Amino acid sequence: MGYYSLLTTCAFIHLLVFMPYAYSNYLENKAGQFFSSGHTNNWAVLVSLNKLGFWFNYRHVANTLSVYRSVKRLGIPDSHIVLMLADDMACNYRNPKPATVFSHKNMELNVYGDDVEVDYRGYEVTVENFLRVLTGRLPPSTPRSKRLLSDDRSNILIYLTGHGGNGFLKFQDSEEISNMELADAFEQMWQKRRYNELLFIIDTCQGASMYERFYSPNLMALASSQVGEDSLSHQPDLAIGVHLMDKYTFYLLEFLEEVHPASQANMNDLFKVCPQSQCVSTPGHRTDLFQRNPGSVLITDFFGSVRKVEITKDTINLTSSVKPPIQRSGSSDMTIESLTYVDQLPVAEIIHQKPKQKDWHPPDGFILGLWTLILLVFFQTYGIKHLKHIF
Amino acid sequence: PHPGTRDQFQEELVIRPLHSGDIYASFQFRTLWDTDFLQERQKKVSHYRLFPKSLGQVLSKFSVRELHISFTQGFWRTMQWGQPFIPSPPGAELWVWFHHTVSDVDGNWKELTNVLSGIFCASLNFIDMTNTVQPSASFKPLGLGNATDHRFLRYATLPREIVCTENLTPWKKLLPCGSKAGLAVLMKSEKLFHSSFHSQAVHIRPICQDEQCTSKAWELRQTLNVVFDHYTSGQGKKEWSLFKMFSRTLTEACPLASSSKVYVDITDNPELFELSPATHLLSRAVVLGDRRTYSVYDLTRAETFGQLRSFNLLLRWKGDNMLRPLLHAERYVAGFGLQTGEIHTVIYNNHPYRAFPVLLMDSVPWYLQLYVHTLTVTSKSRDNKPSYIHYQPAKDRHRPHLLEMLIQLPPHSMTEVTVQFERALLKWTEYTPDPNHGFYVGSSVVSALVPSMVAMSTNFTQDQPLFSSFVPVKEESSYFVRVYTEPLLVNLPTPDFSMPYNVICLTCTVVAVGYGSFYNLLTRTFQVDEPSPPLAKRLANFIRRIRGVPLLA
Repeated sequence: MGYYSLLTTCAFIHLLVFMPYAYSNYLENKAGQFFSSGHTNNWAVLVSLNKLGFWFNYRHVANTLSVYRSVKRLGIPDSHIVLMLADDMACNYRNPKPATVFSHKNMELNVYGDDVEVDYRGYEVTVENFLRVLTGRLPPSTPRSKRLLSDDRSNILIYLTGHGGNGFLKFQDSEEISNMELADAFEQMWQKRRYNELLFIIDTCQGASMYERFYSPNLMALASSQVGEDSLSHQPDLAIGVHLMDKYTFYLLEFLEEVHPASQANMNDLFKVCPQSQCVSTPGHRTDLFQRNPGSVLITDFFGSVRKVEITKDTINLTSSVKPPIQRSGSSDMTIESLTYVDQLPVAEIIHQKPKQKDWHPPDGFILGLWTLILLVFFQTYGIKHLKHIF
Repeated sequence: PHPGTRDQFQEELVIRPLHSGDIYASFQFRTLWDTDFLQERQKKVSHYRLFPKSLGQVLSKFSVRELHISFTQGFWRTMQWGQPFIPSPPGAELWVWFHHTVSDVDGNWKELTNVLSGIFCASLNFIDMTNTVQPSASFKPLGLGNATDHRFLRYATLPREIVCTENLTPWKKLLPCGSKAGLAVLMKSEKLFHSSFHSQAVHIRPICQDEQCTSKAWELRQTLNVVFDHYTSGQGKKEWSLFKMFSRTLTEACPLASSSKVYVDITDNPELFELSPATHLLSRAVVLGDRRTYSVYDLTRAETFGQLRSFNLLLRWKGDNMLRPLLHAERYVAGFGLQTGEIHTVIYNNHPYRAFPVLLMDSVPWYLQLYVHTLTVTSKSRDNKPSYIHYQPAKDRHRPHLLEMLIQLPPHSMTEVTVQFERALLKWTEYTPDPNHGFYVGSSVVSALVPSMVAMSTNFTQDQPLFSSFVPVKEESSYFVRVYTEPLLVNLPTPDFSMPYNVICLTCTVVAVGYGSFYNLLTRTFQVDEPSPPLAKRLANFIRRIRGVPLLA
């Protein structure tokens, strides 16, 4: 009995001594997990591949803008989104409601909104620009908003919608990109450490053919239809006169509207979006190149920009404030002459303007004289008898 | 304004009812800052308050002396709407004066267009040497300065550029109050783009700080001009209010603004329309050569907003009024077929007895090859010789045509400038993805000093309303105006892009038939072969052989 109680008190003391140690271990593990999570920033590249000048390709722009809207709502800022729209539908003269792009019939949801920044538009949406954005090989004068400045801790979402076929996508109805080129571009991105994980969503006909050739790690892909199937459009709106969205993206938008920044929905839910009963085509996905289990990947890992916050209780000393700029030393060392505005149309001055220097030409007859000299020298050297061969 | 800082911000809205029932609203936001971007005396500017940092950095980096950029949707109809306060051509227009210390103007220009395309979300990066010109007499600086060496001026226009919310969003973000307070709350894109004319612009230039003009300050003006059509936006009724135009009312002035006013043009009142709420504040200004009276609503005073803390103007039409602008221009393409054509520019001088000079600037892309020997200028069916012509021919794929002429317009006349051109055949890679739409030619610019009916004041005062102080006035009897013509849409001979398939089929057929036959002729040997006799003959020969009689041939 005494031995038994001794054992329990011993165990109790052990527990008391080791519990803080176990607790700190637990904290360390948790902290370790906190800092070793995959990504620190999110990027999105959203491309619409409609034909330029075709009003019935409204739905492709509406598709892209729906994803843009969801991605902005979940936290990714405009500076981290590269939006490429091949045609302007909102301010198109055929749009009965200018500056709007609707996704639901009866004009319920305006996905264009009041705060949109399109980075590549019109003729700029080309295969070359798309690949340059992905691989980062842009000319040095390209502004920041047109660049994908991702690093090896970025999760990137790439969304493409438009017209495609088995193994290729059409850009602007005049160019194509093949699935092999796309796979190579992603491999370049991997080699240059431009992404941590990449989610590729495509809504075109035979979309699954585009991800068949991927071979870089950490890629997950979703497509709206399998090889041999067409992706179909959703509902037409009688006022606007065209189909507003494609079926797959319509149900994707419906799914994303339920997601909020703290949501725990994962990729398996995303794979279930738009089954064949709703979409008529069979959506496909590919996860074999992805390291993590899709069930543990949150939707907000790609669609949102959930920042991990580190709280510190230490105080930080700010450096001294910026010195005020040197005051101008008054008018004493400045010329007192008053400045004047320029005359907008100085007629007299313009009439007497000196003509610009023309390019210098040799004086007239110079060439003729030169040739005469050459002929004379020739005949001097070789004799006059050659003259009859010329004339 | 903050003591110690040297920047101030003013905002104003001018509403001018037009005789056809449409209404013209012009927003102007001005930030004045006494600083030195070009680092002539002080060290680098690093603290920005009201002036947007993105534009300030652009000015310092590229040593810009003056910058004017505008984005316009629609064409300004001078005959129906009169003259705008700030004119602009359809599409995008950019003209920049660089500082005289810049050594590589073209390089700076190219980089500047790229940076601006990122700031304004527009495809300004398509501005390159093939559509940039260097005017020799037009586009003199609107700001302070003595030297006007035109080597430092660059002008380009993109007539195809679309303006939509994505251009308005970054433009609004440049304002100190953004779109959250002040007059900018009225800028809702769904209403602004559902209009006959929409133009937003940014103008940066150095101006006089005070009357003596001993020091300069930088001025940033953001202007937005919009004309609402009373059929599409007004539902056919000649009655307008701020809520009907913008779907918003004003609730407060921008707290950072030193002045925030709304002006309504009541010169033609009370015959033309009725205005409420009434105000006793009036302002008289001479603008575009005419003395106009304006009702002023000062938003920095709380009583403007009334009981409901919301300010909504109401204008109700009563009659009609005709307008006759003094200067007006049109342009169109004549001719038929896809080989040649003729550009006609028509300029109207509607003044009954005064003649005045205009400077016409035309920039035509290289693929419309102008024949300058066919250039004719006729006024009242007589030849009118321009007193100054500057022509720079185009270089294929390198430089566009530039034609500048100073023409004296006789009173009450129509002057027609015609020039013939030939369309070039582009290389197949140079065609846009939609070549059958056509190719745009930028608007012509007509700059003129129009005689004014009223004497204008040449003094510069700080409290002049913004809309009347944009262009500096040098003499009292005339005012400077710029009129833009329509852009042209020209079809070039377009190849059939399905031809490669047809060509392959045709070539293969020709090669197979031609080469194949030739090969056979060369490598095959021919032997004479007796044809086998017909069945009847064979049977007859067989019988003959049996009989022992000679065979048939």
